[in-house]
Order: sequence, then structure tokens, then C-alpha cells
Amino acid sequence: MSRARSALTPWLLVSPGALLFLALVIVPLVLTVILSFHVYDHGTGIKNEFTFAHYLAVVTDDYYLGIFLRTLRVAALTTLLCALIGVPEAYILARMRDPWRSVFLLVIIGPLLVSVVVRAFGWSMLLGSTGLVNQALEAVGFGTVKLLYTETAIVIALVHVMLPFMVIPVWTSLQKLDPSVEAAAWTLGASRFTALRRVVMPQVSMGMLSGSLIVFGLSASAFAIPGLLGGRRLKMAATLVYDEFMHELNWPLGATIAIIVLVANLIIMLAYNRMVEARARRTLG
Amino acid sequence: MGFLTLASLSKVYGDHAAVRDVDLSVAKGEFVSLLGPSGCGKTTTLQMIAGLVEPTGGKIALDGRDITREKPNTRGLGIVFQSYALFPHMTVAQNVAFGLEMRKVARAERDERVKTMLGLVHLAQLADRYPRQLSGGQRQRVAIARALVIVPPVLLLDEPLSNLDAKLREEMQFELRRIQQSVGTTTIMVTHDQAEALSISDRVVVMEQGRMTQIDAPYRLYERPATAFISSFVGKMNRLDGIWRGHGPAGTPQINGVSLPCEQASFPDGQTVALSLRPEKILLRSQGQGRLDGTIVNRFFLGSYWLFTVETPVGALSVSVPNHGEEPAGEGDAVALDWTPVSLRVEAVTATTGAAA
Repeated sequence: MSRARSALTPWLLVSPGALLFLALVIVPLVLTVILSFHVYDHGTGIKNEFTFAHYLAVVTDDYYLGIFLRTLRVAALTTLLCALIGVPEAYILARMRDPWRSVFLLVIIGPLLVSVVVRAFGWSMLLGSTGLVNQALEAVGFGTVKLLYTETAIVIALVHVMLPFMVIPVWTSLQKLDPSVEAAAWTLGASRFTALRRVVMPQVSMGMLSGSLIVFGLSASAFAIPGLLGGRRLKMAATLVYDEFMHELNWPLGATIAIIVLVANLIIMLAYNRMVEARARRTLG
Repeated sequence: MGFLTLASLSKVYGDHAAVRDVDLSVAKGEFVSLLGPSGCGKTTTLQMIAGLVEPTGGKIALDGRDITREKPNTRGLGIVFQSYALFPHMTVAQNVAFGLEMRKVARAERDERVKTMLGLVHLAQLADRYPRQLSGGQRQRVAIARALVIVPPVLLLDEPLSNLDAKLREEMQFELRRIQQSVGTTTIMVTHDQAEALSISDRVVVMEQGRMTQIDAPYRLYERPATAFISSFVGKMNRLDGIWRGHGPAGTPQINGVSLPCEQASFPDGQTVALSLRPEKILLRSQGQGRLDGTIVNRFFLGSYWLFTVETPVGALSVSVPNHGEEPAGEGDAVALDWTPVSLRVEAVTATTGAAA
């Protein structure tokens, strides 16, 4: 009796989480996949027949491919900028002492406490044709620049939103670093910069990896920021899916795009993870 | 003028002086240990020599050159950290080569010197391993090799053996001395372990509360500790309080009316004195045949020797007796204690030494 119960225990313990995962992730995903194979007719709507036509249409149409490429470009650029800004930021943060460290940690996490829609509107006011940025540029004699409804605006706002997701994992891995390792590099003749590049950076690469995976994944599927700062014309994957569902009412095509974005995202992230992790595992263990 | 000199070196944190007016002169090729309990300022002193902590006052000179304000990366000293601080993402060979790389030593020469150094620390066959694949003792030897390969004028060791288990620690002590003697590098080691300091140093510096209280050769430190603190910190010591009875050299110290034969000394009648006697300088005899009768209350077998606690009219005394292979007297047995008068040391208790004890 007790043997049977002990064999069942682990299953019972994981079942609430497993059921939740099944109901909220697996089932909708499977339904979306099934939906993407349904035939759609503009006159009568979704038919109970199956076809590959949507997939074929998406991968052969330059319009969709352009949007996919833009999504990839924006997500990659955001990740790169987050790494360039976030890693030094995390290093400085790790070097700070309390109370300043707590204060600046709050400053970094602060943006997460504000709704993404509110932040996007904030940026659209700053970047608009008569916004603060353009007024400042005009004041110093550069003339106005079109910023709002460009990829630049999307990237700027995404970097702002995503920065905490880069800073926090890098900061965590810096916390684990033995401070005397850096001192050891100095005493062996390394300058501060060389010690950072040769000794500190390689050891926080795992933190950078997880940070960039989170940032890339979230940027590639971002909806509110491209929707509000990219305008009606400049679409990204998530806004395109929204349009297919809500405006065109072509649900199977929307589902097809969603699945393709998911698979592409998955492939890119897994490949990147494998590449960086394999290298880091070999050396850091 | 020594090779490395510290002149009234101080470090003050807020209103707490971690190191106060430390003066030390180390000769070329010498092995000096800084010994003291944690928080005595020994590690801060080492870090100031290394350039990792900036002194509040005083001077550090190396071979006649003032290096007090120099950056750690231009001092060129070799340092072995307590945690070893190996670069986890580099192999043993890359770790050792790092200092040479920073000095822009050509590849061929670099490889050659790394190989020689790894041979010296007996790690040649582990050159391509990563630090995490090594045992504690091996990591420690990598750290030593990495510090020595740059041929530093001075090698600084910060508690180098404290992370090793007891048996390995003892082996590494002698290994460390062997390596140091074969390269002849001037070495300063920080430790809280008196056995470690005594066994491998040329001179031991005892630090207490930021000050250096005694600088001496290990055996002199052991035989002639300058303060009550040192005598109890370095080795085991029986300490008793007594009163000097009789005038000048003719007198003897007494405790509870019992006179104890001691070294040559002279104090005024009635002076309070502190007596110290090492456990291993006491001989165990059968009852009535020694200077003091007593009863064994505890007996511990420690392998190479026996440690007794003997209750006597003057108080409880520790006695250690080498193990000769036969079982000695047991708990409850009546015995007598004997010693040569020279080994019982007598000091006057003044207000300051009383406070230090």
C-alpha cells in the first residue's frame, strides 16, 4: 500500500503544474496548429477541409517575408543594444555599495512597474514630429528627423523595456564571481580593461546568454510597442497576426503566421543557446 | 636596508585602525610569515604590499624603489590568494601563461617557461585540465606556479593552505618550502596557523590588533615569546600566577605556599609573577620522585604523544609525553612532575602585560 502510494507521489505532486501547462499552453497550441491547416473562404469563412495553402502563401509572398525579416532585424538589434548597454550597467551595479546599489537596482527595474502601453505612449510623445527630441534637435540646429513610426523608434522603446531582462541575469552571474579573480589578473600585469575582457567577461557569458535569449524572444513577439510606435504601415510579426485575426478575420492565415513565427523563434533561440552554451559548458563546467 | 621594507605602514578604516605603524624589513630570499588571529591586520598588510589596498600612511619600498602608490599591475609581485583565484575558463597552462602573456613574452619562450614551472610543481601532465577538474592541492600548486612564472621579486601568500584538509596541508607546507627554496624568491606568507608559520619560515612576525608584537626566528619565538598572548597563541603553554618570595636572585616563585624551581631571575619580595612552562618540558615520574606531586585527571592519546591533565597543589597542568609504545599511567593515578629549572619562565606581571593576558 505504502509502496504504491510512494510510486504515485511524484505524479501527484507534478499534476497541478502539468495540468495547468497542458490546458493553457499545449491545448491552445495544438488548436492553433489544427486551425492553420483549415481552408478559409472569404464568403463563408472557415471550412472543415484541410490544406497547406496558407503555409505556401506565406513563404512565397514577399510582403510576409519582409515583415519576418524586419521582426528578426529589430529583435537582433534590440538584443545587441541591450547587451552593449546592459552588461556595463550590470558591472557598475555589482561594484556599487548599498544604499546606492539598491537605489539603482530599483531605477533599472522601475520601468517594469509601468504598463508597456503607457511607456509606448510616452515614447511616442518624445519621438513625435513635434516631440521633445525633435525640439531639442531643432534648437541645436540639426532640423527635425522622422523618428516616430520608424524601426528606430521601435528599437529605442524595445531597448528601454528589455534592459532589465539583460541587466538582471548578468548581475546575478557577476555576484557569483570571486572578486579576487579580477585582483589576480591585475597582479599578473593585466590592466583594468584587459582584466575585464579576458577574465570577467568570459565568466558572465552564461548570464549574457540567458539575458539575450529572454530579450530576443520577447522582442520578436512584442506587440504593444510595434503596434503603437510602428504605426499602421510598419508591421512586425505579432501585429501582423493581430491584423489577420481581427481585421481580415482570416483566422487560419493568422494561425499559420503565428506558428511560423513560433517555429522560427524556437530554431534561432535553440541554435544560439547550443552554440554559446556548448562553448561555456566546456570551459566553465 | 632590506630588500622589501615597510616603514610605519598604516591602514585606517573610519575610526578603526586595521594596521598601525608597521615596520618590517625583509631580506632577499627570506621566507617571512605574518602570524596572528583573524582581524589582526595581517591580510590587510599583505594587500597593501600587493597594491590591492591603499595605505593610509607610511611607505613600502622594494629594492630601494618606493612602490607605495604604484598600481598592482606594475608592481610585478606574485600573489597566491586564499581562494586561489584561478581563472575558471582557462586551462592550467593558460592560467600559468597569463602573466607572461601580459608581459608580451614570445609564444615559444612562454610555452617553455610554463612547462618548466608546471614541472617544478609536479603538474606537467595536467596542463590541459580546467581548474574545476583539479583537487584542492593541485589548484593550490597551479596558483603558486602562476604567481612564480613571472619571476616576481616577492611572492605573497595569503593563507595558502587554509582550504586544504589536515593531511594535505602538512604535505603542502613542506612542498611550499621546497618550491620557495628552489627558486629562491623572497616570500611573505600570511597565516593564522602557528604550526604552519613555525615549520617553514625563516622569521615569524606576530601581529596583534594591527601591530607587530614580535619578529623572531621560529624557535626563538617559541622559546622566548614576548607577550602572554604570543606564548598562548604559539604552541601550548601552562600559565600560572604566583608571587616572588625572597630577595632578588635568592628568591623563588611560590603558588599556594609551594616553591617552584625556575630559571635565573630576580624580583623584589612580594612581586606578582606569571609562570609559564611548556607541556612537553615536563617529565612524568612516579610519586614522590619529582618536584611536584599530582593526580592524573585526563589522558588523551594523540598518536605520536600522550597528553595528560594533572591536578597539582598549584593548579591543573598539561603534560605531554612522547609515545614510546607502552601504556603510561592512567586516569586517577598519582604521579610526580619534574622539569629542568631553566624551562620554567618567570615574568613580572605589570599593569600592561596583565591587560594583554
